[in-house]
Amino acid sequence: MDLDIEFLSRLQFAFTIMFHYIFPPFSIGMGLLLVIYESLYFFTRQKIYESITRFWIKIFAANFSVGVATGIVMEFEFGTNWATYSRFVGDIFGSPLAAEGIFAFFLESGFLAILLFGWDRVKPGVHLFATCMVALGSMMSAFWIVVANSWQQTPVAYELAVTADGYTRAVITDFWGVVFNPSSMVRFFHVIVGSWIQGAFLIMSVAAYFIIKKKNLEFAYRSFTLALIVAAVSALIQPAIGHYHAQVVGEYQPAKLAAFEGLYKTQKSAPLSIVGWTDPDERKTYGIEVPGLLSFLLYNDFEAEVIGLDQFPEEDWPPVAQVFQTYHLMVALGMLFIALSLVSLFLLYRKKLFETRWLMKLFIPMVILPVVANQAGWVSAERGRQPWLVQDLLRTSDGLSKSVTAPEVLISLTLFFIVYTLLFFVWLYVLDREIKHGPEDYEHGAETYQHRAERMDPLEKFIK
Amino acid sequence: MDFNVIWYIIIGLLLVGYAILDGFDLGVGILHLFSKGDHDRRIMLNSIGPVWDGNEVWLITAGGALFAAFPEVYATAFSGFYLPFMLLLIALIFRAVSIEFRSKEPSRLWRNTWDRSFSIGSMLAAILFGIAIGNVIIGFSIGPDKVYQGTFFDLITPYTILTGFFNLSMFAMHGAIYLNLKTEGELQKQVQGWIKRTYFIFVIMFLITTGATLYLRPEMVANFSFGMVELPGAYHALVEKNQTIISILAWLIVVLNLLSIANIPRTLAKDKPMQTFISSACTIGAIIGLFALGIFPNMMISSLSPDFNLNIYNGASTEYTLRTMFFVAIWGFPFVFAYTSLIYWTYRGKTKLNESSY
Repeated sequence: MDLDIEFLSRLQFAFTIMFHYIFPPFSIGMGLLLVIYESLYFFTRQKIYESITRFWIKIFAANFSVGVATGIVMEFEFGTNWATYSRFVGDIFGSPLAAEGIFAFFLESGFLAILLFGWDRVKPGVHLFATCMVALGSMMSAFWIVVANSWQQTPVAYELAVTADGYTRAVITDFWGVVFNPSSMVRFFHVIVGSWIQGAFLIMSVAAYFIIKKKNLEFAYRSFTLALIVAAVSALIQPAIGHYHAQVVGEYQPAKLAAFEGLYKTQKSAPLSIVGWTDPDERKTYGIEVPGLLSFLLYNDFEAEVIGLDQFPEEDWPPVAQVFQTYHLMVALGMLFIALSLVSLFLLYRKKLFETRWLMKLFIPMVILPVVANQAGWVSAERGRQPWLVQDLLRTSDGLSKSVTAPEVLISLTLFFIVYTLLFFVWLYVLDREIKHGPEDYEHGAETYQHRAERMDPLEKFIK
Repeated sequence: MDFNVIWYIIIGLLLVGYAILDGFDLGVGILHLFSKGDHDRRIMLNSIGPVWDGNEVWLITAGGALFAAFPEVYATAFSGFYLPFMLLLIALIFRAVSIEFRSKEPSRLWRNTWDRSFSIGSMLAAILFGIAIGNVIIGFSIGPDKVYQGTFFDLITPYTILTGFFNLSMFAMHGAIYLNLKTEGELQKQVQGWIKRTYFIFVIMFLITTGATLYLRPEMVANFSFGMVELPGAYHALVEKNQTIISILAWLIVVLNLLSIANIPRTLAKDKPMQTFISSACTIGAIIGLFALGIFPNMMISSLSPDFNLNIYNGASTEYTLRTMFFVAIWGFPFVFAYTSLIYWTYRGKTKLNESSY
């Protein structure tokens, strides 16, 4: 068999990044909820919120460590597998990575130490501050990494320069132009809100499990309610961000947008497909379509012309079918999250949510779907950019390392596959153990915290 | 002094920070299996528990800074060093998750498995770092297009294996000296025994490695030589202009190195663990300083021709990036030092086990 180094390197990158991308959204989403839970503990002085905060910190820690461990791989892979690409973009792309290290990772890892081990070492206010800093750090880390990625999607503020050795590379002309490139902010918010949904669904899943098992009910009700509010707010604002994001894609990466919708012909009043399937050979898309809606969504005009794939040479097409399906999967799941959280909020308001057993049972496996949605969004964004590694500047096939051979990549890919599979099952096992063990009751009062007064519980009226 | 030189120094400082900080937690990992019993092993793990993650960030930031400031060096080194770096990643992954997962299950099999993967991961990482540095000293077969032309097996030579084990011995000693700060009672006595043994091995390895380096690469002393030894390839204008000052500085580092090595047994005997730790940190800093001065202004040396060397100019980003990132670093580092000091201050003193321990 002839080993294709490009295929192997891409497979390795896809595998390592998709595995890595399971964990940071959990950390970002749970980080926000930890801040909320611990603030409630700090301001209401109710011990139940100490149990809640400390239990979720344990789950957070297991996630976080796998996220960190698999994250270093990503930074290394640019140099190991994509050295030609690194030479081409190094002047630009390395800066956000370095900034991520300086501004985000040090902040995160420093305060993580207090978050995980600080209960008996620091005052409650300092601990809450540390929790906020870890949550902030995880978002800042997402910011810089999204900036780096977005520049590849919508490159600006650069010029092409020929080096002394006679090859061309992209050279930065304006640092803030790169940071705030046309797609970075909208993509950042899209990723963050997607992460909040994913983190909130994890918490709801575990809480629903306790409710079904009739264990730790006080704990579960409160955890669930707050996570549900975060999920509902996030799910509702996500379509607005997604909509604006699609407009940016339409403006800067029309081929990707055409692939999202399976639009082969440039046309006026372009339809939006709700569900369907696309056949790149026949150049046809079948399914339920709403005429004119795509034009309206992109240009606020039902008649507007939308660029189709026919405007691009076929070798510049992304893999249309994959992009179409992953994009539609993401959108459909987004709609499902809205419906589900609205129904749940309504039942919560009627004080029936936690008695609705079928819904609670549904929430347990539901944690997988936001992960799928985030991965699908990532795949449609990255596959939609192909065949470009840097949009219209560098092809993926031209970015490989010249000194690395296919067998070497095969060895490393196999190693990663084995290690990550093992890691995944160990992670599941550890989570399962922690969940089965359940939260602790922190009744030893004086030792951990001076309770001045047990104040009103703000969630009381929703759950009782 | 231009921004290329400044970035060479910044990356050097990041590496010194990494080697001193992650050096001791890798060292604790290397020694982990020598400790017996669950209690002692938990003390070992928890002595680095709150800080190892932050220590590793120095490596991540050094990698990011290398990519930003010297992308050609980053690309050549990382792709040329493909398989060793992949092994390093796997080692670091195992190490990281072993620390986190070990405590989750009391079963002996479970704990022994994670103890082993923690320790082997730490040893492998220390050796691979040493091999990498050894290759930079001895030179890679870098061709005219800045691309590494050799294979995996060219990277593993007797000299690079020597530097790999030299680094292993240095981190093991440094880890033991750190543990001396964090432990008490029986375990501390055992740790002090480890310091003596690892110190002895380290000194022997140091002498052999220094001798081998000077024999194989006499030009490593060019920047130390007041202009008496020729450096093949480009001489840096800064060195030429300030030959005397730089050579004096270099010799001061040599003296610092020797004094701090000698100070380790002295402070150990006087039972001043903090001073022992500072001495061993200075030793590591000085050794990296000597290495950095030895190859300056090159960053990667081609064994094929000095013309193909990657130096701080032909490997660098543009002036604009270097300048912008310099200001980013200036803004960021006070914060970094603030959090790092805060964490080390919060977790000062002997390691005690409690319910949030591993």
